[in-house]
Amino acid sequence: MSSTIRIKAVASGGTTQVQSLIRHPMDSGFLKDKKGKLIPAHHIEVLQFKHGGKTVFTAFWGPAVSKDPYVKFKFKGGKKGDELKVSWVDNKGASDSLMAKIQ
Amino acid sequence: MNEFPDAPDTARRMILKGAVAGGLAGLGFGSFPFPAYAAADAKEWPADAFKQKSEADVLKALYGKTAEASDKISLDAPEIAENGAVVPIAVTSTLPKVTAIAILVLNNPNVLAAAYKIPEGTEALVSNRLKMAKTSKVVAVVESNGKLYSAAKEVKVTVGGCGG
Repeated sequence: MSSTIRIKAVASGGTTQVQSLIRHPMDSGFLKDKKGKLIPAHHIEVLQFKHGGKTVFTAFWGPAVSKDPYVKFKFKGGKKGDELKVSWVDNKGASDSLMAKIQ
Repeated sequence: MNEFPDAPDTARRMILKGAVAGGLAGLGFGSFPFPAYAAADAKEWPADAFKQKSEADVLKALYGKTAEASDKISLDAPEIAENGAVVPIAVTSTLPKVTAIAILVLNNPNVLAAAYKIPEGTEALVSNRLKMAKTSKVVAVVESNGKLYSAAKEVKVTVGGCGG
């Protein structure tokens, strides 16, 4: 089972830059399928990053975030080998999480 | 006499529930022995803010206040987006003590696209990709020192990204 989460976290000069890509349809709720039926909204609601037990970034997303969402942020601290925990939950209750190592 | 005849039973049930929850968590997160790993919580999602149709209503729902324009916010978005389904937008700010960043697309069916919490130690910087239904003003809102500031930019969309 491959994770829906891809992450690249690089520590440099006391700051860690995190880039993450998540596999998710992020259906807007405004698109119709081939039969003309509205595809219900299906999107990630909360995405959270934790470093050493501390939440370093929280995203609240609506259906206007693009399919297979991408996000980038930076936080102070973090060094090579540290663990970064990523987790998300969507509006249908599905979720995924990943423990990544800072490079 | 036992005044709480149900108590041991309840306790046992709770223990059982805990064991089940722990077992499930164990399945999901293979390497975690305890469900102590606090994951993203959907309860935190500001559902009300994501339903609003205007900038003022979104800010009221999210932060309970209004924003003033600031030149200390940089909103990086394309002048023309050929594909409204994927519009790269980045927000950075030199304002002090930034605690939140929100991005609004005013002509989308629901105005709020994304809201971010910036804890202490995290930079006032976020980059993401949003959908735009049509040409619209994009507004970046930054909470700094408990006050709200905003910057806006018009993005022309040639092919909308919210539906057919």
